Amino acid sequence: MLLSVENLQVSYQRIKALHSISFHIDEGEIVCIIGANGAGKSTTLRAISRLVPVEEDTKITYMGKDLLKYPADKVVSELGISHVPEGRRLFGNLTVMENLQLATFARSDGKQIERDLELVFSLFPRLAERQEQKAATLSGGEQQMLAVGRALMSGRKVMLLDEPSMGLAPLLMLNLFEALKEINEEGTTILLVEQNARLALQFAQRGYVLESGSIVLEGPSEKLVDDPGVKKAYLGG
Amino acid sequence: MTFFFQNVVNALQWGSFYALIALGYSMVYGVLLLFNFAHGDIFMVGAYIGFFVVSGLLAVASMSSLLLPNWLLLVLGIIFAMFLTSFVGMLVERVGYRPLRAAPRASAAITGLMIGIILETGNLALLGARRVSFPSLIATTTYNIGGVSITNKKITIVLVSLLLMLVLHQFVQRTKWGMAMRATAFDFSVVPLMGVSINTIAALTFGLGSALAAAAGILFSVAYPVLDPYMGITIGWKAFVAAILGGRGSILGAALAGFLMGFIEIFVVVIPNPFPTMFPFSLFPAPYLFPSTLRDLVAFSIILLILTFKPHGLFGEAHTARLRL
Repeated sequence: MLLSVENLQVSYQRIKALHSISFHIDEGEIVCIIGANGAGKSTTLRAISRLVPVEEDTKITYMGKDLLKYPADKVVSELGISHVPEGRRLFGNLTVMENLQLATFARSDGKQIERDLELVFSLFPRLAERQEQKAATLSGGEQQMLAVGRALMSGRKVMLLDEPSMGLAPLLMLNLFEALKEINEEGTTILLVEQNARLALQFAQRGYVLESGSIVLEGPSEKLVDDPGVKKAYLGG
Repeated sequence: MTFFFQNVVNALQWGSFYALIALGYSMVYGVLLLFNFAHGDIFMVGAYIGFFVVSGLLAVASMSSLLLPNWLLLVLGIIFAMFLTSFVGMLVERVGYRPLRAAPRASAAITGLMIGIILETGNLALLGARRVSFPSLIATTTYNIGGVSITNKKITIVLVSLLLMLVLHQFVQRTKWGMAMRATAFDFSVVPLMGVSINTIAALTFGLGSALAAAAGILFSVAYPVLDPYMGITIGWKAFVAAILGGRGSILGAALAGFLMGFIEIFVVVIPNPFPTMFPFSLFPAPYLFPSTLRDLVAFSIILLILTFKPHGLFGEAHTARLRL
């Protein structure tokens, strides 16, 4: 088990966003969490990245280490868990290249950085063409590529992806997911959160279904796709 | 015309002080969305640290009979004082502001004012209520250029200030630390996802701002060599106004508005009175329209007028609400 989350509870002010959810990811897997808007999918990822405080009995273990001992920046720089946030959240005032360089801020492995940069540019040749352009001037598809590329530069072990398909035209979406598959084959474990359940279940090997802050169903993707409840609620009947 | 250029020189000198201090206000605001109201007092601390560093260097130089030229002592004094004062700034951030990062902005403002008072009274408690004189390192030489008299001190002050601003610009635009500062100013909530600690960037920003204030403190002491614990209050508030005028968070804006502030202040009191002797137009028969006692009133009125038309400042952007985590 690479990452195990046990009894994860998060509250915003006094409102519980996550009621004790538990799940795990094995090395090299692609796992998805599907669920409706507001089910707590983003909160789950933000808790792993330590962007939101968790409640006391929560346990998150990563490669045998207590992840909750690490602050947000160390989760990325020391544990290698990167996060593509919802809505991309690029630094629009920085160029494409600067966005990628900033992600390597805490890294000192110069040679590997070079190789990672080559990987990003081979996955997304468009970014190579637009290196000197400000991130804010990119199209939606290019921005999502940069968001994924930036995460790749910040840490290679695990990538947390929050709604990468959002706002993308179908063709761009397919291209992006092909790139993600390649990233996974290069050795990055992926935890994907998606509202587009059909896409997510095609892409992932296993999935969890999150409903109002609790996991209601889990299993291999093929099984979830055939589940009548999932079909009805997330796949349009 | 000579008179005009004479005032330009004075305005440039005062503008240098304001610009260097305003940069600290603006950078901290840009990165952390708070105004460090203790910044004027950090200017004062910087001047005092400069005083001790320079006095120390002079003592060492005389004891070891080393013949260090005075300009070198000044340069060393500026560098050491900037370095030491940056730690004072980082300490202020660590102790005063970091625990309040998620608190309402008013709490941070009140804390800033309190830190200012602590620095002033702390100085008073440690050094007593006497003024200290900054050692005069450079003998004043006055050059006469076409009737305009310029002292070597004024030239030094303006050139050193411009040099420091250029260095700051290069740092922010060219280094990875500067890049992280720009990123934090754009959207600090995702900065940790880049493996960058917000605390590091906050400390860096406070350190840089404080170092520039220290430089201003020493340069100020070169021109006006009497230091007292309250010397940072008025100049600090004026620099704060300059930072607002330049546009919160804008480095270029803060620098230019600092100089603009100097120009407005110097020039409002030398506007010729069109009717020097006619009573209804002039309360006091005088060669100038405004007496120098009204300097701040008129200067601030002009700035208020500019802000009425450009509420975000000269280089500020309309402030979009940034998400906080």
